[in-house]
Amino acid sequence: MKEMSRIVRTITNLLYGFIMVYGFYVIVHGHLTPGGGFQGGAIVASAFALLLVTYGKQGAEHYLHGDIFSIIESTGLVLFIAFAFFGLGITFFYNFMANSGGLFGNTAVIGVNPGDLNTGGTIPIMNMAVGLEVLAALGVIILTMAAGSESTEKKENS
Amino acid sequence: MIGNFPYIAVAILIGLGIYTLIFKKNLIKIAIGITLIENGANLFLITIGYRKGSVAPIYTQAPEGLKMVLPTPQALTLTSIVIGVATTALILSIAMIIYKKYGTINTDEVRRLKE
Amino acid sequence: MKKSIFAIALVFFVAFMILAAYNMRQFGEPVISEMDDYYINNAQAETGANNVVTTIVFDYRGFDTLGEATVLFTAVLGITALFREVTK
Repeated sequence: MKEMSRIVRTITNLLYGFIMVYGFYVIVHGHLTPGGGFQGGAIVASAFALLLVTYGKQGAEHYLHGDIFSIIESTGLVLFIAFAFFGLGITFFYNFMANSGGLFGNTAVIGVNPGDLNTGGTIPIMNMAVGLEVLAALGVIILTMAAGSESTEKKENS
Repeated sequence: MIGNFPYIAVAILIGLGIYTLIFKKNLIKIAIGITLIENGANLFLITIGYRKGSVAPIYTQAPEGLKMVLPTPQALTLTSIVIGVATTALILSIAMIIYKKYGTINTDEVRRLKE
Repeated sequence: MKKSIFAIALVFFVAFMILAAYNMRQFGEPVISEMDDYYINNAQAETGANNVVTTIVFDYRGFDTLGEATVLFTAVLGITALFREVTK
């Protein structure tokens, strides 16, 4: 794959950071505004797709490594299952940190309120774990299909 | 007639998806047909739980005095969309491997399992 | 011959679905159930989060989210296994 023209490269260099910041904002504020782990992970993966389309396979290989994405995906899934097992004293997936005093433990005002980031219990931690997993899974899918498409060209033209 | 319009849209989407599955021969067009059926099913799920004149089920800065939409079908639709993404990725990868081995992706010519 | 049988069956199926769409419940009046009213009224007091849909996905029905994460992981496993170069 070849790289694209100068206008496309300039716009990509400007927009890449803003898309990733917006994606992480949607992941972290999942318990207050519409969004959450799956939606925010898809937004960050679209930033990786933009980089791959603009610079081609050889240009983007310096920034996106497939091995690191694989480790991040496994870490996210193991963190999600570990926080499900911690509340096993009462039941599986029990929210043992809600309405207590510690980390993420404030109580919410009943009714319409502006929203406090410190509430929610285990829900923000599970949002971040699932967000990491979806980000890395979609990145591995894009990179593997791009690498595989170079080896499946037509036999007469290459 | 205007009252039940989203349900008629679901029926048209699923009908077009099944038409593409029966009458088209290219593997990429068959993948598009499967995606159309998936989108019709997701639209049907979120159309069931709508209450007239109500807002989204979120308490942050919501308008006062209005009722809320049923939240359970929206949670089921989230899971269904992610499963649709996984299915589409796998069927497109299988289409690439078939092109590498046979040289064509017309289903009339890849009939037999040959070496 | 086979194409005409498929075409007639498809027309019957789409006509049946449009007839069912006319006779469904009125759009905007769902079935009254106590489960959704319990979720809307008690989700903020028990978990402390403002987003009711996120508490259903991650707290009340977290087991379905575990199945969905497994499906995504299995899809990535299958794609990596398909594009592996066999070295002699």
